[in-house]
Amino acid sequence: METPIRSRETLSLTLFSLLFFICKSSPLHHLLISNAERRIDLSSHIVKVYLTLKIENAGSTPASEVLLAFPPAQVDHLATVEALATKGKRKKTTLVHLEVKPTELPDAPNDAKYFTIYLASPLNSGESTTLEVLYMLTHSLEPFPAEIAQSESQLVFYRDNALILLPYHVRQQTTFIKTPSNKVESFTRVEPTNRAGTEIKYGPYEDRPPYSFSPILVHFENNSPFAVVEELVREVEISHWGNLQVTEQYTLVHAGARHKGVFSRVDYQSRPSLNGVSSFRYLLARLPPRVHSVYYRDEIGNISSSHLRTDSRKSELEIEPRYPLFGGWKATFVIGYGLPLQDFLFESSNDKRYLNFTFGCPLLETVVDKLTFKVVLPEGSKDPSAVVPFPVEQHLETKYSYLDVVGRTVVVLEKKNVVPVHNTHFQVYYTFKPIFMLAEPMMLASAFFLFFVACVAYLHIDLSIRK
Amino acid sequence: MAATETSTATVPTLYTNTLRNAFGGVLSFFILLLIGVLAFSIRLFSVIKYESVIHEFDPYFNYRVTQFLTKNGIYEFWNWFDDRTWYPLGRVIGGTVYPGLTLTAGTIWWLLNSLNIPLSVETVCVFTAPIFSAFASWAAYLLTKEVKGAGAGLTAAALLAMVPSYISRSVAGSYDNEAVAIFALIFTFYLYIKTLNTGSLFYATLNSIAYFYMVCSWGGYTFIINLIPMHVLLCIVTGRYSSRLYIAYAPLVVLGTLLAALVPVVGFNAVMTSEHFASFLVFIIIHVVALVYYIKGILSPKMFKVAVTLVVSAGLAVCLAMIAVLIALVASSPTKGWSGRSLSLLDPTYASKYIPIIASVSEHQPPTWPSYFMDINVLAFLVPAGIIACFLPLSDASSFVVLYIATSVYFSGVMVRLMLVLAPAACITSGIALSQAFDVFTRSIKFQLPGVSSNAEVDAGETSSATAEAQNNVVKTEKTETSKDRPSRKSKKKEREHVEKPSTKAKAEKKRLLALPLEASFISLLLLVLLGAFYVVHCVWAAAEAYSAPSIVLTSHSHDGLHVFDDFREAYAWLRHNTDVDDKVASWWDYGYQTTAMANRTVIVDNNTWNNTHIATVGTAMSSPEKAAWEIFHSLDVKYVLVVFGGLVGYPSDDINKFLWMVRIGGGVFPHIKEPDYLRDGQYRIDSQATPTMLNCLMYKLSYYRFVETDGKGFDRVRRTEIGKKYFKLSHFEEVFTTHHWMVRIYKLKPPKNRIRGKTKKSKSKTSSTSSPRKSGTKKKNPWH
Repeated sequence: METPIRSRETLSLTLFSLLFFICKSSPLHHLLISNAERRIDLSSHIVKVYLTLKIENAGSTPASEVLLAFPPAQVDHLATVEALATKGKRKKTTLVHLEVKPTELPDAPNDAKYFTIYLASPLNSGESTTLEVLYMLTHSLEPFPAEIAQSESQLVFYRDNALILLPYHVRQQTTFIKTPSNKVESFTRVEPTNRAGTEIKYGPYEDRPPYSFSPILVHFENNSPFAVVEELVREVEISHWGNLQVTEQYTLVHAGARHKGVFSRVDYQSRPSLNGVSSFRYLLARLPPRVHSVYYRDEIGNISSSHLRTDSRKSELEIEPRYPLFGGWKATFVIGYGLPLQDFLFESSNDKRYLNFTFGCPLLETVVDKLTFKVVLPEGSKDPSAVVPFPVEQHLETKYSYLDVVGRTVVVLEKKNVVPVHNTHFQVYYTFKPIFMLAEPMMLASAFFLFFVACVAYLHIDLSIRK
Repeated sequence: MAATETSTATVPTLYTNTLRNAFGGVLSFFILLLIGVLAFSIRLFSVIKYESVIHEFDPYFNYRVTQFLTKNGIYEFWNWFDDRTWYPLGRVIGGTVYPGLTLTAGTIWWLLNSLNIPLSVETVCVFTAPIFSAFASWAAYLLTKEVKGAGAGLTAAALLAMVPSYISRSVAGSYDNEAVAIFALIFTFYLYIKTLNTGSLFYATLNSIAYFYMVCSWGGYTFIINLIPMHVLLCIVTGRYSSRLYIAYAPLVVLGTLLAALVPVVGFNAVMTSEHFASFLVFIIIHVVALVYYIKGILSPKMFKVAVTLVVSAGLAVCLAMIAVLIALVASSPTKGWSGRSLSLLDPTYASKYIPIIASVSEHQPPTWPSYFMDINVLAFLVPAGIIACFLPLSDASSFVVLYIATSVYFSGVMVRLMLVLAPAACITSGIALSQAFDVFTRSIKFQLPGVSSNAEVDAGETSSATAEAQNNVVKTEKTETSKDRPSRKSKKKEREHVEKPSTKAKAEKKRLLALPLEASFISLLLLVLLGAFYVVHCVWAAAEAYSAPSIVLTSHSHDGLHVFDDFREAYAWLRHNTDVDDKVASWWDYGYQTTAMANRTVIVDNNTWNNTHIATVGTAMSSPEKAAWEIFHSLDVKYVLVVFGGLVGYPSDDINKFLWMVRIGGGVFPHIKEPDYLRDGQYRIDSQATPTMLNCLMYKLSYYRFVETDGKGFDRVRRTEIGKKYFKLSHFEEVFTTHHWMVRIYKLKPPKNRIRGKTKKSKSKTSSTSSPRKSGTKKKNPWH
């Protein structure tokens, strides 16, 4: 934890010097931002940033790309970047998803990292458009003090830039920071700065050059559960007999301020409002509807504290780890459930089947540091391919399950830094001949048949030497 | 077997009889299959009512060993030195564990996995016990069939499948040595009887292999190696010596001892300890007897008499000399060559006098009368009848059963745990009794019913296979009396047929005389069925209610539903995930196995109570005041202390109730701990009348720390009093975790204070000559100097 923070500090200082540094060689100066608004939501441990950019093309050539810049320390914690373009005028506005890709620029000042937004239609000179950008940061709230006792509440630092880091000239910009409560210990002032209730307003700032930087630090109370799944392995096993078996292995940790010293049960039980406010006992998992045979256990057996509520649209599983999680405490557990196959498996036009399933973690408001998704295809299936709406690492494995001979193909998808936004559907395509379903019953039947034949034969053969 | 009877019948009945026999064979096969299913499924209550989880204490150790075995393979397992227990001594697991159970479960797991059936090790371990109880009931069938025929065998198997005493040790999840060992025990006995009945060397070899398996699985194998010599001696004394007896016994001793010595935990004990002494003595005796019979065969009676006087006078002198040497050897060892547990079997008061650690285990206490009724139920009443049935007529096999039941009744009277050895014996004798009774009643009903009376004579010949078997045995014993010196098989067969013909006719006439009045037999049949039904009801109740609780999860029913107390696992999971992997956890030895298996943390002592001093050290720490206790624990590198406390929810087997044993065991080694200091007028109490020593000891403080804040009075629901000392602070320990229902409390040792270091620094700077304060510091730390 220590080193990246320090590096970030030095980096922010160096970036600060960039205020007066003007990059001339870049072709980016055709564009300029006439108005920018940023809203930073700090109410949970996932930092959500909404940017609204009004872009003008001041150059002579049409532009089709818009660049976003991030300091390198932030890029490591960047879980997702999405961009939307508003189309139409006034009332009839529709939002269009735009493609966003990380890009490398050769002359990036101070290792700034870039994301390119590809506009749906090129922006001609003199025209302007509005972009909505959403990005999320994980592990960006640093607890301070780093260790707290049971009765204390959790205070965190949030570091950012008072100005929006953009490779363009910005005419006017404002930043709003929303804190979970109005308990704010301190915040950096970069005039004009206001604080009203749970909101801190930076700006408006006028006419700032590209890569303007002015570090700010907000120190505030945040007692929302800092639930981080360090590692999650989701395994979906497809059985063409009509069931989809899902097994999820969690390594959960409370990533907030570390618990220090005594844990007193009597205080925790008798004064719940004052004690362990930053700890959490329950987690809510949202499972697909028609879920059945749900279990919740860990390596030493069933965990009896869970509740399942099902209705026609969704199932909610409320799980309680064996003990309340205080800062730095860990717990591991496994959730498993069965699902009806017809809800998730479909046939595509070209004689292929595909599984349509959600990718992310079913627990609400959690960050997954490393998610491994395994799709176990039935034995005998061929040509697997996965279609995922965001970049993941892919490879194939073989798994041997009940009475397998050749093994099942497993499509393994890996992704780091997963947030609830990644709970989108993805597809795994494969071909499968239904005749393979009969392989195992036939095998069993023939084994028993041979056994009985052997028995009959043995009873009819006299093996004795004596006559 | 049935062939001998059909030979007397006419041709058409021969056909119907073979058909009937075939039908009987198929029927009994299916009955056996169902008995196996019954034995398996009655033990699943624990899985259905609770969950598929390992139970209690010892099974957790076995489970951990099995996990190690499946992960690292057999060679690593033999060489396993476990450094996570008995810190800082460690324990050589491979050499001190009976490997039968773990190897069995490991093999099952390996087989399933090589067939690509991916069951977890835990699942295999959970279901090993029920599978082996099905095997045990089949073995009981075989054994009883050898003794009194198939009918008795089936009854005994059905009884054994659901006898509560055995269920208590073999419910799903109770992954303990006994689960496998009872099967091995019965099967070894069966093979012994089989060898005795057939005189086949093949079975004798199988017998020693079965004995080997038993040695692998349980320390109770000494029961076999003492019971079989006793039976052999009995046979010799009662003049039943035969070559079959020799074949049944001699290979068992030679092969069995050699094989037993292969098991690391037994090793040279197989020839060195007194538990095995009886077998060698009888081995010598049987050879002498065999020699005598041989010489008797080749010499004329007159010459034989001369030889006897000669040999007896010379041999007696040699024997006396040898016995004297042996006695001297045995007497030179302090425990007379017997282990503590075996000694406490021979002298029930031994343990309570000398070894508190054996006496402190509840399963080593003598049982109460209700526990007999609880554990073997109606069998207790059927056993005497079965013994009588064994005497009518007495054969080698039935005399073995009588001997078995007699010795096991004694042993069960010494230790509750050995009720388990009694259970199969009781089932076998009761099976014999029930089947004989049914036999008599059905036969008399059949005889008197008008419809069947015409061919009653024929039917009476083979009413049931049980009587046939019984006859067969009679015939056999008769035959063995007559044909002792002729071992040839052919002549035996001839003779058997020869004797058979007149005897069956005589039997038929006899049976007519044995017939009871119709009403009486109907009523008795009904009563017998009722008795059986009562037994079944009791067994199902015992399996469902009494013996299925895994003891790591507790449940209680109250008016607002079911309450689950999962505190133990809560604490173990907390330790597992939130402490450093090399931290040492001190607790009373009961929780050692669970802590290593579930929390994966190093413990100071565990349920394998091999080092009394180490346990006494922990006992002393628990019964010392806080500072002294801290010093003891600190010297053992302990970081966390775990206590079990039931005072909030009323869980009676907590550490406060076990505390007197800690005092006793601790005081046995460290005399400054005196039991009377903790008792007020001989009474153990924790209320305001308790002694100051009690109220200041570590166990009291750790259990009741801040307990008063829960209800304002500090009312202990187990002891049903208010606690004596309510408000106190801990100076050397800090509470780091307490479970939801307060059943497990974990404390951390506070680090040594800086002040001490400052002091030594000061003294060093003042006078560089003295190194004595350091020395005295180390002296203080060690409580046993």
